[in-house]
Amino acid sequence: MGMTMTQKILAAHAGLDHVEPGQLIEARLDSVLGNDVTTPVAVDVFENAGFTRVFDPERIYIVLDHYTPCKDIASARLCKRARDFARAHHITHFYDTGSAGIEHALLPEKGLVLPGDCMIGADSHTCTYGALGAFSTGVGSTDMAGSMASGTCWFRVPSAIRVHLKGKPGKDVSGKDVILHLIGTIGVDGALYRSLEFSGPGVASLSMDDRLTISNMAIEAGAKNGIFPVDEVTRAYLENRSARAWTACDADPDAVYEQVVEIDLDTLEPTVSLPHLPSNTRPVREVRGLKIDQAVIGSCTNGRISDMRSAAAVFRGRRVAPGVRCIVIPATQEVYLQCIHEGLMDIFIQAGCAVSTPTCGPCLGGHMGCMCEGERAVSTTNRNFVGRMGAKSSEVILASPAVAAASAVQGAIALPSDL
Amino acid sequence: MPQGKVFKYGDHVDTDVIIPARYLNDPSADNMRAHCMEDLDASFHTLVQKGDVMVAGLNFGCGSSREHAPLAIQLSGISCIIAASFARIFYRNAINIGMPILECPQAAAEIQAGDEVQVDFDSGRIRDLTTGKSYQAMPFPPFIRAMMDCGGRLSYLRRQMEGGQ
Repeated sequence: MGMTMTQKILAAHAGLDHVEPGQLIEARLDSVLGNDVTTPVAVDVFENAGFTRVFDPERIYIVLDHYTPCKDIASARLCKRARDFARAHHITHFYDTGSAGIEHALLPEKGLVLPGDCMIGADSHTCTYGALGAFSTGVGSTDMAGSMASGTCWFRVPSAIRVHLKGKPGKDVSGKDVILHLIGTIGVDGALYRSLEFSGPGVASLSMDDRLTISNMAIEAGAKNGIFPVDEVTRAYLENRSARAWTACDADPDAVYEQVVEIDLDTLEPTVSLPHLPSNTRPVREVRGLKIDQAVIGSCTNGRISDMRSAAAVFRGRRVAPGVRCIVIPATQEVYLQCIHEGLMDIFIQAGCAVSTPTCGPCLGGHMGCMCEGERAVSTTNRNFVGRMGAKSSEVILASPAVAAASAVQGAIALPSDL
Repeated sequence: MPQGKVFKYGDHVDTDVIIPARYLNDPSADNMRAHCMEDLDASFHTLVQKGDVMVAGLNFGCGSSREHAPLAIQLSGISCIIAASFARIFYRNAINIGMPILECPQAAAEIQAGDEVQVDFDSGRIRDLTTGKSYQAMPFPPFIRAMMDCGGRLSYLRRQMEGGQ
């Protein structure tokens, strides 16, 4: 029986010629990631277990991004705990305020995850790196702690759903619309314990930023990971980012999939997810006119340069509607600087947006844009659970950067073509 | 053998309602206990008693990877979570910290809030003492059981590493 991309990477890292779905394996890891929420808990576990050394200080990535720049004394304590640990163990890739960005935008940008890698992160959106043809998945703090010590992790080999993409996305349709549509089709547990493996002629039409957005939200369908094949787009993205050698893993022609889902990009429409589950999707045209109080453009899902460009194209020469707050958050320092160079900052500020330094902030109701009771936001983030962006009765509608920007201008859910 | 009163919830209970992110800046046990399940069941933290059992539907613990979620439930005194299915990161985290969880769709559907339930981890047997019904969940495989007997993944790993030296 042939293997999927994911199964091949896992087999290679477990030192096995072949793995089967359901098999329990212990795999060697290329890297381990943590942030300011999960690392301090992992450090407690690491130290309480009596570990004194990490497996490789160059392969542990710690990024302070959730409550940073620290929103209060308690979060400053968390950051200090992570910072002290990083110093004590000479962690090479430690990113603090000023050098940090949102972890899942930062790592690809710095070339820290490569095709064929096997890695874990104590953050659920660690599945983002599937876009690069890597196996990456989210875990908790205890796994992070154990893997920082051993450089290994146990996995159950997942079966897979093949997502066959054909056609080419039309105007105002992006990677976000692809993944929201997919989650709406299979549900928030539609890929539970399984891999989402993207393939087909439609892959070539998706930019790396689109793919990163799609893989990022694989977890929102319950998936263990969401992976793309390595192609010219991947190679072009990796150029000059890393000197480390890598090997791509293609799926075997006779790989077995539990299910095949086909998405025709030609007919895909701009899509939103209504409260309170990412699977509660609708075409934007069906929910036009829903009033909003806030728009958030950023996050590990949609804070990359193409997202900023897409929002800026809508804001150019326009203004945020009276009564609406629009918060724009470039995901990394590099994206932030690029926004300045390209004149996007002028456009955002002239449109009446608040532009923030990189942070996860409002996505998880942390800071920089929490909502009170009864308020509603359109947001390019990844989750719209009850209370996600603030009060229990506040609501989040998930959308692409273009739709979020158009909605901010209109004061209600809108398409860029409505303006 | 753990035994307690049932707190029952529906499908897709996410980690944001189990422990909202607004409380994660202070991961102390008192803070986790005080806000556990707050956005779904505001009275949970005042009513729960040591040994009680949580029963829920599909995809329990979906969303964020925060280990604070199973930890908050464990710190609240819950002795076992029974669900129709679990989100995978939550499943891993619960096992890793030694929080017993059982997948059993039939038990998840039939057991009602307030029932008195007894769980046998060795056999995977779940008994609803209120209705007299029994349910069979898949018991943990030996290596997971060993991990739990050691007190979680870290102690297990340490034992392995020391054994190898």
